[in-house]
Amino acid sequence: MKHEIVEKNVGLLSVLILVVISFGGLAEVVPLFFQEETTEPVEGLEPLSALELEGRDIYIREGCVGCHSQMIRPFRAETERYGHYSVAGEFIYEHNFLWGSKRTGPDLARVGGRYSDDWHRAHMYNPRDVVPESIMPAYPWLFERTLDGESTPRKMRVLRSMGVPYTDEDIENATAEVRGQQEITALVAYLQQLGTVLEGTR
Amino acid sequence: MSNLWDDSLSGFWSAWIIVITLGTIAFSAWILFANRRTDKVPDAEGNVGTTGHAADGIEEYDNPLPRWWFMLFIGTIIFSLGYLALYPGLGNFRGILGWTQVGQWEDEVARAEERYMPIFAQYNEIEIPELARDAEAMRVAERIYQNNCAVCHGANAQGGYGFPNLTDGDWLYGGEPDDIVTTLVRGRNGLMPSWQQLGANNIENVTQYVLALSNLEHDEQRASQGQPIYAASCAACHGGEGLGNQALGAPNLTNDIWLYQAPGQSVADSVRQTLRNGRNGHMPAQAAYIGEERVHLVAAYVYSLNLDDEE
Repeated sequence: MKHEIVEKNVGLLSVLILVVISFGGLAEVVPLFFQEETTEPVEGLEPLSALELEGRDIYIREGCVGCHSQMIRPFRAETERYGHYSVAGEFIYEHNFLWGSKRTGPDLARVGGRYSDDWHRAHMYNPRDVVPESIMPAYPWLFERTLDGESTPRKMRVLRSMGVPYTDEDIENATAEVRGQQEITALVAYLQQLGTVLEGTR
Repeated sequence: MSNLWDDSLSGFWSAWIIVITLGTIAFSAWILFANRRTDKVPDAEGNVGTTGHAADGIEEYDNPLPRWWFMLFIGTIIFSLGYLALYPGLGNFRGILGWTQVGQWEDEVARAEERYMPIFAQYNEIEIPELARDAEAMRVAERIYQNNCAVCHGANAQGGYGFPNLTDGDWLYGGEPDDIVTTLVRGRNGLMPSWQQLGANNIENVTQYVLALSNLEHDEQRASQGQPIYAASCAACHGGEGLGNQALGAPNLTNDIWLYQAPGQSVADSVRQTLRNGRNGHMPAQAAYIGEERVHLVAAYVYSLNLDDEE
């Protein structure tokens, strides 16, 4: 074999390396772009409302994803605690994904509806007030800051360009829905819809 | 549930995966064998051949691959083919074992149900007041309580600001076994409207009257002015004597138990705040979270929390 040809041409070597390492992706990733299970939303999935969308951005800003995953794996130990395992069709409108990879706190994929709004507010103001042994940081500033909703329509238009089915009406009313709301209200609205699209939580 | 996982790869993509996967394995095997040397063959003078690479006079022997390494490579190829035959991996081919991720989960759940369901079924046969005195059942129930209920009602069930104490014998929606089961299955929504429209002066008068109902320190004159307003606006839910109404979840105002007294807040301030802003208590339905078959047991646990006081 003529190793020499490959070994002495760095350009050729780079191209061949790319070809070799792309085989895994070609077989494992590319077909998913064309599979119904991963490209079609589950029945009843709605895009986030303007307020929930702002809540999601607060979730991202405060780094919640660093300690909370949003991905229930199909193991009994997880479905007993968190509910129905996550499926791809739930995340069709998610840009970017917030699956996370670390659980310092519990998974939040189906936290929606599990606790009352009041509980979430009390918990976010100071987690120790409701869960004495909690190590979660407090987020009191969410109660002081309000949203102006200036950039909400633009965010929704960007998401629409990526396939999230917002209507013109949604986008038009977005600023009015969000303006003047406390950040905590937006965050709780986001949390309370998480994972509620699938019935049968166990 | 399982239909969410049904694979629906088209024939093309299925073939695509199979060709790439098997092709990669075959290509690896070909490279391995095509480059293989089996023996060192010394020449007439006993010298072993070199690759011809030389750097500053240092040459490289052209030795065969170490046997253990070669066999290991063969082993991985055989393993991969065996794996792909047994488990799903080649497009729509399901594998001889018929294994699926969801199938494994279902087996796991079925095994657990077979083991645990008879225990709960047995508990469900026993009336709640009796079950509440079964120490072993209550140990099981406490675990379920701690995992699901303690987040709001506290580890010792003594509640907190806005979350009812379950140990004090005071019930918003009733403490009979059936009431507790209903609360667990359906959840509860408590709504007290805001009375802002009464005006600050009247709110203060009603506040003093409510304090009087619980025999707390109050302003006599204001309380007597508050009485008719209470009768007109509050008695419909809280009752003429302030004893509350469990059908509505309207709290008893005469027992000096205050659900919405924040830490460090005086009762008077708490009542004023309630009158001004209203309150909206919400307990989510729990049956789906703890499991239908465990509701009876958890209800017995909540019931048991108040037994100690009676005995």
